[in-house]
Amino acid sequence: MSSSTFFSSSSINTIKSSCFTTENHSSIIPTSSFLGSTHKLRFNPLTANSPTRFIKNRQTHIVAVSDVKQKQLKSTPFVGNLLITKEEGLELYEDMILGRTFEDMCAQMYYRGKMFGFVHLYNGQEAVSTGFIKLLKQQDCVVSTYRDHVHALSKGVPAREVMSELFGKTTGCVRGQGGSMHMFSKEHNLIGGFAFIGEGIPIATGTAFTSKYNRDVLKQADCDHVTLAFFGDGTCNNGQFFECLNMAALWKLPIVFVVENNLWAIGMSHERATSDPEIWKKGPAFGMPGVHVDGMDVLKVREVAKEAVERARRGDGPTLIECETYRFRGHSLADPDELRDPSEKAHYAARDPITALKKYMIENKLANEGELKAIEKKIDELVEEAVEFADASPHPDRSQLLQNVFADPKGFGIGPDGRYRCEDPKFTQGTAHV
Amino acid sequence: MAAIFQGLGAATALSPSNCFDSNKLHYSSRRSLSGRKASFFVVRSDGSVNFASNSRAHRAQQVITNAVATKADNSAASTKAGHELLLFEALREGLEEEMDRDPHVCVMGEDVGHYGGSYKVTRGLADKYGDLRVLDTPIAENSFTGMGIGAAMTGLRPIVEGMNMGFLLLAFNQISNNCGMLHYTSGGQFTIPIVIRGPGGVGRQLGAEHSQRLESYFQSIPGIQMVACSTPYNAKGLMKAAIRSENPVILFEHVLLYNLKEKIPDEEYICNLEEAEMVRPGEHVTILTYSRMRYHVMQAAKTLVNKGYDPEVIDIRSLKPFDLHTIGNSIKKTHRVLIVEECMRTGGIGASLTAAITENFHDYLDAPIVCLSSQDVPTPYAGTLEEWTVVQPAQIVTAVEKLCQ
Repeated sequence: MSSSTFFSSSSINTIKSSCFTTENHSSIIPTSSFLGSTHKLRFNPLTANSPTRFIKNRQTHIVAVSDVKQKQLKSTPFVGNLLITKEEGLELYEDMILGRTFEDMCAQMYYRGKMFGFVHLYNGQEAVSTGFIKLLKQQDCVVSTYRDHVHALSKGVPAREVMSELFGKTTGCVRGQGGSMHMFSKEHNLIGGFAFIGEGIPIATGTAFTSKYNRDVLKQADCDHVTLAFFGDGTCNNGQFFECLNMAALWKLPIVFVVENNLWAIGMSHERATSDPEIWKKGPAFGMPGVHVDGMDVLKVREVAKEAVERARRGDGPTLIECETYRFRGHSLADPDELRDPSEKAHYAARDPITALKKYMIENKLANEGELKAIEKKIDELVEEAVEFADASPHPDRSQLLQNVFADPKGFGIGPDGRYRCEDPKFTQGTAHV
Repeated sequence: MAAIFQGLGAATALSPSNCFDSNKLHYSSRRSLSGRKASFFVVRSDGSVNFASNSRAHRAQQVITNAVATKADNSAASTKAGHELLLFEALREGLEEEMDRDPHVCVMGEDVGHYGGSYKVTRGLADKYGDLRVLDTPIAENSFTGMGIGAAMTGLRPIVEGMNMGFLLLAFNQISNNCGMLHYTSGGQFTIPIVIRGPGGVGRQLGAEHSQRLESYFQSIPGIQMVACSTPYNAKGLMKAAIRSENPVILFEHVLLYNLKEKIPDEEYICNLEEAEMVRPGEHVTILTYSRMRYHVMQAAKTLVNKGYDPEVIDIRSLKPFDLHTIGNSIKKTHRVLIVEECMRTGGIGASLTAAITENFHDYLDAPIVCLSSQDVPTPYAGTLEEWTVVQPAQIVTAVEKLCQ
């Protein structure tokens, strides 16, 4: 049972079995030992006898490659025992390399004084963004957090526009008005980077509500748009997470809640913050499947994502997926990252999702070194070009200052002269006093 | 729109043959300078309305009876066609017209559907439009407000009801960070055509948490417009305007005004979100007010008129931004300003209004601006204490007398 039954062809069975995963873990074989934090709660002498259950009790129900393989063998024998085609593999590899290379470049540019503020990098978590977002259609929505660069890239926002935004330039994807934590793209349905913990989840619930509304009220029968809401382990202790699990399940909204559990909320270990650290279990509690997947393995993520996205598309409702992953850098570039145990970092560094995919592709003869090298070279050039573009782009002009505060600039009101302030020539010059 | 309506004068404004094209009016609502100075016509909530059959309105009745006095002859209004309804019904009528007009308009909130809304503003709408368009949400203000914003970003035009305005404090992050700022942070790509509305203000002994004066909290959020309705006429007109606006709008309703009765036109009309409303033209002093305090002011105005004063009363209606044209023109005429509000004294609407007037019209003032706000205390439960918390008509009379010395 458990995660593997999630792949059951019958959606009804899927819900049921997934709802009962907690009672039926006998058949699952943990294939990986995610230790999570090596830090335990430091109990003072008074509570020395308290159960130190935190790490011991972490039952890792991770979708095993073998599970997926068996399922693949049964359902699609023509692709052999491989999880992906060559084309898919190369696309995933390219997207992950793009994410990694882009973020490494961000770090360089940050230290070189080209970008400012809080910059949260995604290194290590690429399998999640790539595994999920590369399955989507353009009309599908992605709602991200403050760690949003790579989600934007996976969704198709051009690297040069993201880099330019980070440089605070007018050619940025939001004209230099958002910055690192506020990436948006209407064209690509990137609903946004939401910088406060949890606030993106209700927004994502709203975009999923629109899909349902379009289908049921406006009778757009072909509207099968799905929303992915990304957030971290820290967010799963926030009320908006629970409130939205409830509403999404209640109305069977086409949404997938994707938890990027990187084990740390800045300096707060997941194990120290959460009474039951198995986040995926909260899905069944709300009547939706909960799945726990190895977030360092893009192929496993992709398989789980595929099922959840299709489920949402069919109108069968939401899914909660916990991807256990790790960030290779500090919380942000301002974080000295002194708290996390070096052995923990080393453990996950050895499980680099990009290296793993590369190994899989080469071992399975889906690609050779040369092809993968060519992708790396192509992405290096693309990111270099993005930096050049951003560097050469102009800073926002003063005339931009008062734009976009209101969609209808009449919102600035009527001045003493009886005219709308936005009709004042100084308004368009950005020098009006509003 | 109101200004145009006013500019047309009473006789034509309510003529049944005068069929208003709402779209035309909406888009032509750029003010006409000459038109605004013309005769002011006020659709009034006049004292002849009988509230006696409605016990809930009892308190309101005491306050409101004969509250609206105007120099304009309103006989035209009472003889011409129109229909009489209560303020909450006017809101509902506006909502229903917009839902009929545009299938993207939907309502969400606590008990808005089957129950019909805590003040019955959405009564019967769920039956007519279905449970998805009039969505009863769980008690999760932050999340359903955020959901409304997400829906607005992707093409719907939601009206989010705070069962009590005070509950929206739980959604403050969504209202501020997402409603207010998201159009900007998205570089103008996403619009949030949402209306956030609900019953607010100091009611009758509802205790501190249910008697909030939230205007002050919301007014500094960038990217948001705020309007307060005060009559059935402007309640309907502002509701419709707010729904049609591309900007997020907070519509303040007052718990004590829901049962106010008035005859409103049968023809479709909408109000201008940015314009103030001339309630009573006068010469001696400009009294700026909004929402329920309009009726305290009009009660005081009656006394003042008997004492030989001629106050000009303006319902500012747009709490953000201020209609500085209407306000300024009045100050240039009277040279004296009294602000009467229910909002908090510190950082309230009155404080902002005082600053705006000082900044723009200081040279026209013959006396310092006087601002009567409610006291900076949590609204008390006890009736006596509650009464002393908000501004009473007698205070207004005294303030005008002092100001005009």
